[in-house]
Amino acid sequence: MYKVRRWVVRHSRSFETIYQLFEKLLVKLHPLLAKIGYQRMEKPVAKLEQLCKGLLFDCKMCGQCALSSTGMSCSMNCPKNLRNGPCGGVRQNGNCEVKPQMRCVWMDAWQGSQAMLSSDRIHIVQLPVSHNLQGTSAWLRKVRQVVQYQESKKR
Amino acid sequence: MINHDEPVPGEMLPILAGHTSAGRLERVLRAGHFAVTTELSPPDSANRHDVYERACVFDGFVDAMNATDGSGANCHMSSVGMCALLTRIGYAPIMQVSCRDKNRIAIQGDVLGGAAMGVTNVLCLTGDGVQAGDHPEAKPVFDLDCMSLLETIRGMRDKAEFLSGRKISTAPQLFLGAASNPFAPPYDFRPYRLAKKIAAGAQFVQTNYCFDVPRFTEFMARSRDLGLLEKVFILPGVGPMASAKTAIWIRDNVPGIHIPDAVIDRLAGAKNQKQESQNLCVELIQELSEIEGVSGIHVMAYRQEESVANIIQRSGVLQGRTPWYPGRDEQLLQESSGK
Repeated sequence: MYKVRRWVVRHSRSFETIYQLFEKLLVKLHPLLAKIGYQRMEKPVAKLEQLCKGLLFDCKMCGQCALSSTGMSCSMNCPKNLRNGPCGGVRQNGNCEVKPQMRCVWMDAWQGSQAMLSSDRIHIVQLPVSHNLQGTSAWLRKVRQVVQYQESKKR
Repeated sequence: MINHDEPVPGEMLPILAGHTSAGRLERVLRAGHFAVTTELSPPDSANRHDVYERACVFDGFVDAMNATDGSGANCHMSSVGMCALLTRIGYAPIMQVSCRDKNRIAIQGDVLGGAAMGVTNVLCLTGDGVQAGDHPEAKPVFDLDCMSLLETIRGMRDKAEFLSGRKISTAPQLFLGAASNPFAPPYDFRPYRLAKKIAAGAQFVQTNYCFDVPRFTEFMARSRDLGLLEKVFILPGVGPMASAKTAIWIRDNVPGIHIPDAVIDRLAGAKNQKQESQNLCVELIQELSEIEGVSGIHVMAYRQEESVANIIQRSGVLQGRTPWYPGRDEQLLQESSGK
């Protein structure tokens, strides 16, 4: 929902904290998730993720969430799917070139990111979207990445 | 600047040490000359002479021509097609690549093909939305964005591999460009976005129409603070408008173009609006060329291409230099022997 997602951006700092706590919780759940099997968890978790993130961010389920680098403004709502900042077509009033009634997703992203602790993450160049991850759970992917990283550090 | 190693048309110049391309544009910029580029609007025809006729009006005044890629989301001859024709007779165009119409497979293929034909410069663009053009019902692709496009082509050049990691046997030797629009919000993010483009591989940058000099000066100052000016060649864009009415239409209908009211008032108040617009263009070029970090100028004169030579001549930015064009060196030789 447009109004909700704009509200979220205005509270990006709080959502950053919530997300960090949520990530820790998910990582703690890793042994359980692994026991049940990530494959088996994929569908229900993706459904739940779609529900929550759809409501909050108008999430498009690209499967490679970059919200923490984009001021909690989902960049897949950009009609050009830009992952690295606003195009040159942003209107003088800050609205989108393609959808004149919509605030530019990257105007919000810039504003949101500057309120966050990790305000410099917006400056990192994002990789192109992998379209084959569309519809999969970014949460589960993130947990596996974090766990893998932690284990590689232990070695 | 005359290259002593000028090849026959269709062959490539040797690549100088520290250069990434065999192009004249990179040579001119790295030699510290004030470069001039322009936009070559592609014809709506399948006749190669239409391309040559449009190109030759710039002869002797521009260092490179941008072969646009469906600019404004309108359908025209492809940039690859134009580049194929132009490189045949020795021009080294700037091949524009927009992310709007092609996915990563098609784009990388075009880059290899372009480089094989003699394209030495590629300008990486996101592209206008399809709603702006004559086929609003088309599917917008946007598989990559201009940033990942830059990184992809840089990878092809420097690592000799496709985005997939598969090897390329002969890497494309290219001078990579990007666009920048300091005149669209969020203004304070624009210099950072330029930094990001440089990090992704941009070596030169052309901007949108620059009518708001104070805004541009501010953008350049912020870019200098970020240490960007030593890392990239910046060519602000300028161009004449046919009339105040045209300027208003462009401001309202073409995405990303900011024309201050003062400019429109000045044009509207002039007896000969077309002439006044060209005068303004000359003044802007002179003013912009004085700003620290400006390495050249990009002249966009859609449907007024014949005015470019005069504008450049009057601005004096070439300082007596004659940029290369097919047959230039023979002509210069003749002139000097005739004296």
